Amino acid sequence: MTNGFALKLGIAVVLLSGLSACGNIEPWVKPYERQALADPIMSANPNPISGSYMDHVFEAREGARGALGGGGGGCGCN
Amino acid sequence: MSLLPNKVPNKRRSIFRIAALAALATPLLASAGVLPDDRADALYHRYEGGGVTIQGPSVLVRKKMAEKYAISANYYQDMITSASIDVEVSGASEYKEERDQYSLGLEYLRGKTTYNLNYTNSEENDYEAKTTSFGISQDLFGDLTTITMGFSRGEDVVGNSTDPTFEQDIDRWSYRVGVAQILTKSIITSLNLEVITDEGFLNNPYRSYRYFSPTDDRLFVLAQEIYPRTRTSNAVALNGRYFLPYRAAVYGGYRFFTDTWGIRADTFEVGYVQPIKQQWTLEARVRYYKQDHADFYSDIFDRVNQQNFLARDKELSTFNSVAFRIGASYEFAQSGWRFVKKGSLNLFYDRIEFSYDDFRDARFSLLPSDNANFRPAGSEPFYEFGANVVQAFVSIWF
Amino acid sequence: MSSSKWIRVAAACGALIVSSLVGASASLAPTFTLPSRAGDTVSLEQFKGKVVMLNFWASWCGPCRTEMPLLEQMHKRYSALGFSMVGVNVEANTKDAERWLQDTPVSFPVLFDRDSKVSKLYDVSAMPSTVFIDRKGNIRYLHRGYKAGDEGEYLNQIRALLKE
Repeated sequence: MTNGFALKLGIAVVLLSGLSACGNIEPWVKPYERQALADPIMSANPNPISGSYMDHVFEAREGARGALGGGGGGCGCN
Repeated sequence: MSLLPNKVPNKRRSIFRIAALAALATPLLASAGVLPDDRADALYHRYEGGGVTIQGPSVLVRKKMAEKYAISANYYQDMITSASIDVEVSGASEYKEERDQYSLGLEYLRGKTTYNLNYTNSEENDYEAKTTSFGISQDLFGDLTTITMGFSRGEDVVGNSTDPTFEQDIDRWSYRVGVAQILTKSIITSLNLEVITDEGFLNNPYRSYRYFSPTDDRLFVLAQEIYPRTRTSNAVALNGRYFLPYRAAVYGGYRFFTDTWGIRADTFEVGYVQPIKQQWTLEARVRYYKQDHADFYSDIFDRVNQQNFLARDKELSTFNSVAFRIGASYEFAQSGWRFVKKGSLNLFYDRIEFSYDDFRDARFSLLPSDNANFRPAGSEPFYEFGANVVQAFVSIWF
Repeated sequence: MSSSKWIRVAAACGALIVSSLVGASASLAPTFTLPSRAGDTVSLEQFKGKVVMLNFWASWCGPCRTEMPLLEQMHKRYSALGFSMVGVNVEANTKDAERWLQDTPVSFPVLFDRDSKVSKLYDVSAMPSTVFIDRKGNIRYLHRGYKAGDEGEYLNQIRALLKE
């Protein structure tokens, strides 16, 4: 079951990555308009040492797990 | 009422197992294009609730080289003193334990792609967990979209401190994929999916289920739990963050979880971040968690070996929890001081209230039957408790 | 007739695409006027006859901050030879930039593009962006982003343009 799901996930990601070839979509938020997004208060995980500890506190006492990751946003520089 | 050998501490096995899982789900940090800044953090953590106190340090350092490579290392320790309800119900006495965890991470940035590799090792006297993960993060569409994917592999060795010959394994695989999308100048959203599979000895060698005593149905008898040897879970989470024009942020998220054990859980979270003046940042957050019990879970069974799999782990029961958090951060050395670019002092406090709908406080039926508080087995009040979680940490960027 | 028109259009587009990919072009730098940090108004035309390195930056952009001390060095070294660094800060609210400049002072003019007028004019597609303008006012080189080591290329291009 896992392998089937993982395979579908993998294909989805490869397709999505392939979309980067269609790089002609004009970004509607320009690189010079990212002041708010680059602000540290907009970071999803500003203190990883604390974030991973709290994730652990909850995961150790609950049945649910996973889908905690994230990234993206930020200054979009380079 | 019979007990398991009462020297055996009834441990929160899942904490230790899940420790490795937290490493599995190590959140990938910045988007590709720029590696996060060098920093070092030292944290003191303390959890107190339900008769359990867990405290200890955590130290994290990360350093990049040539803006292309980054290395990070973490040492984390739990010092546990536990007289939890499970320990009390089994008749065991309070126990003390220590868990040490080491992590090492490597990152490589190339253009708009970041590759990362992570290894975590967690050890205590009767449990060892090793996890290796690999992940990729890719920026697309003018850096408005970030795709992340990751794969983890874990290997645990489960021991039993009262039986040196006892040794069982758990194998774990995790696959995750995520998309972060900038919607406007002020809004970023993300969608994450994760599938995790465990195989092996998945229960706690110290934990028991209970069934009505055949001689007196006001009392119960304990017997060792029997779990399935596999578990596959799926989780999907949606998150969003919005920048308020007067410089503050509001965020929220929802996660949906199901697994092959019949557990279904919903997690809701809402938070607010408010900077004050130049140096202070305050944060408030509410998290609501709700879960349905596993198929083979029951607070009390009618008779021994009533079904193939039997569990009484309250983590698999029907319950909900509400967590309130307030936090304050103070930034110092903002103009730099020697090699320090800036630093912060942080204090976070969480209050978590757990409320169980089908896990009863079995201590009430352990009381003498002439005690005014005595309740027959299966009619004890449902268990609930509150926990205080404190984090105090200092961070420096260099 | 229409096919030759299409061919010309296609050729022009192709040239634009190729030149934007390669990062070198020979089109006239659009002129603009912006308020400067010193309090006065500065126009690009004032720099005619000089080699100009136009650097679009923001205080929230890590690579931009890393680059600034190097840009200051370049300005100091070559400004007597007919070169000027011109910084264009793209922030709508310049408070943070001004505070940062107090800690990391620079001697070249820093202009404030609060409305993103000039950023749009130059089609800024990365942060930071650096545009080299020759003595005649043509855009000659375009750099997107900053990575350690880029300053070597900057110096070569400044020297090449100064020789003209």
